[in-house]
Amino acid sequence: MIAALPQVQYEMVIGLEVHAQLSTQTKLFCGCPVEFGAPPNTHICPVCTGQPGVLPVLNQRAFDYAILVGLALNGEIAAFSKFDRKQYFYPDLPKNYQISQYDLPLVQHGWVEIDAGEGPLRIGITRLHMEEDAGKLVHAGADRLSGSTYTLVDYNRAGTPLVEIVSEPDIRTAAQAVAYVQEIRRIVRYLGACDGNMQEGSMRCDVNISVRPVGTEKFGTKVEIKNINSFNSIQRAIEYEYIRQMSALNGDNPTEVIRQETRLWDENAQKTRSMRLKEGSDDYRYFPEPDLLPLEVTPDLLAHYQAQLPELPIAKRQRYQSEWGLSPYDAEAMSNDRTTAHYFEEAVRHGAPPKLAANWVQGDITAYLNEHHQRFEDLPLDPGGLAELIQLIESGTISNKIAKELLPELLERGISPKALVVERGLTQISDHQQLIEALQQVLAESPQQVAQYREGKRKLAGYFVGQAMKKTQGRADPQLLNQLLSSLLD
Amino acid sequence: MIDHTTVQKVARLARLQLTASEETLFTVQLGDILAYIDQLSELDTTGVQPTTRAVELSNVTRPDVRRPPLDPEQLLSQAPQREEAFYRVPRISEP
Ligand SMILES: [Zn+2]
Repeated sequence: MIAALPQVQYEMVIGLEVHAQLSTQTKLFCGCPVEFGAPPNTHICPVCTGQPGVLPVLNQRAFDYAILVGLALNGEIAAFSKFDRKQYFYPDLPKNYQISQYDLPLVQHGWVEIDAGEGPLRIGITRLHMEEDAGKLVHAGADRLSGSTYTLVDYNRAGTPLVEIVSEPDIRTAAQAVAYVQEIRRIVRYLGACDGNMQEGSMRCDVNISVRPVGTEKFGTKVEIKNINSFNSIQRAIEYEYIRQMSALNGDNPTEVIRQETRLWDENAQKTRSMRLKEGSDDYRYFPEPDLLPLEVTPDLLAHYQAQLPELPIAKRQRYQSEWGLSPYDAEAMSNDRTTAHYFEEAVRHGAPPKLAANWVQGDITAYLNEHHQRFEDLPLDPGGLAELIQLIESGTISNKIAKELLPELLERGISPKALVVERGLTQISDHQQLIEALQQVLAESPQQVAQYREGKRKLAGYFVGQAMKKTQGRADPQLLNQLLSSLLD
Repeated sequence: MIDHTTVQKVARLARLQLTASEETLFTVQLGDILAYIDQLSELDTTGVQPTTRAVELSNVTRPDVRRPPLDPEQLLSQAPQREEAFYRVPRISEP
């Protein structure tokens, strides 16, 4: 008898290239506006359309943002770096080269810490460099590229400032890849360096993926996946590619081959398809950009940028847990973006217990904001007001239920919760005599239930409390009612 | 050294179509140019930093301010082919 061969287990080796568009007013090397959705070719000039004899000049703000992102990614900022020309022919690139950075990138050797539900994991960042974006091609004559008879070009996007962030091949699962891109997105948004909008393409992601038997060192053949524009497609493109490569390796699908190539994620078909064989990078014939001067970052300049760094999401997450006792889930929800974190922290500073403030912020307040398409900075109720509302509940002045009922009006009008409670006469009734009277009325009106209760149907306590609540228009302190009820009945 | 294969590759990358005799001509000429430049390597450059600029300047930047409005027509009108507000180029094969 032949023993079954042990099934080989495969693991993925994934590296990511994230392109983040810097939130500048103008392009990287010219004063053309950067604006999504502008009419075609309205934001173009001699520089970004590659006319002969023009000179690019670096946008200071793009340089600032690139350094800040580099620092936030724990990278080493190069004391000396420069721009290079990456040469290839493609009509979205009017100069026939892209200004990028090749052998002396602005940032190297960084890392970010992620948690994809398996505990903290550090993902290395090989490099970050600045480069210009290309224009946009519109394939005319047919809706599919293969059928088009000619191509139209819009150069509005050409020259838009980007940073390309290249990770080490440290990622092993689709969930880790998603967590990594989410963390990068949080960081650039905290810095205000990029809006992180994946639908509009302000953040784009290419995935390099290979598969190898678990326990082996050697990397498999690497495939690059492009055209991924949501967290959901990162996840699914990786899962699809893992299965495709594995089925080629273990012979389940003999027609499937793994070549070093670029594949496109096809959102409609939910699969990757071959795009072109990847050219060697020597084909780009990089050489130093003679029209731009090098960049030097002295220790003084570096200190100037370091001083501008805000507290980053990971630091907030850790602080919310260690100092304020939030759960990892709440800590992440409160630190996801800077305006939420600010609102939450201010509420705590005004005396709200952190856990309760977190509940209100991520629960009812977020729901209200989503429903009204508003953001925290638009909210009329300031964080001090939220702290006051929580204080009213904590002191027993109003019930949690009433607080929730008041919230929409508070959020909309931004008035003091104390004032509104007084205005509406909603103060919680904690006066024993008043509550006993209400309970006695209820008991007198329900002789049958009282009898059943005395026979052991203890669940009826809830009924009596509910009736007493009704008699007080919901203002009775429910805990006190429960206590008083048992003193009356038992 | 420059050989036919290198010339063919460079021509392909530059989208140039060369005849066989041009290929031979350029192989010789490019070889001569490189040999000429190669004389520089006779100099001892130990301890000399590679140069990336002709002037001793760095960090030359401009503020992130929009330029005055331009008429895009001035640029578009010079395009070999256009269609309304777009530049029009020959159909390209899939990227
Ligand atoms: Zn321009």
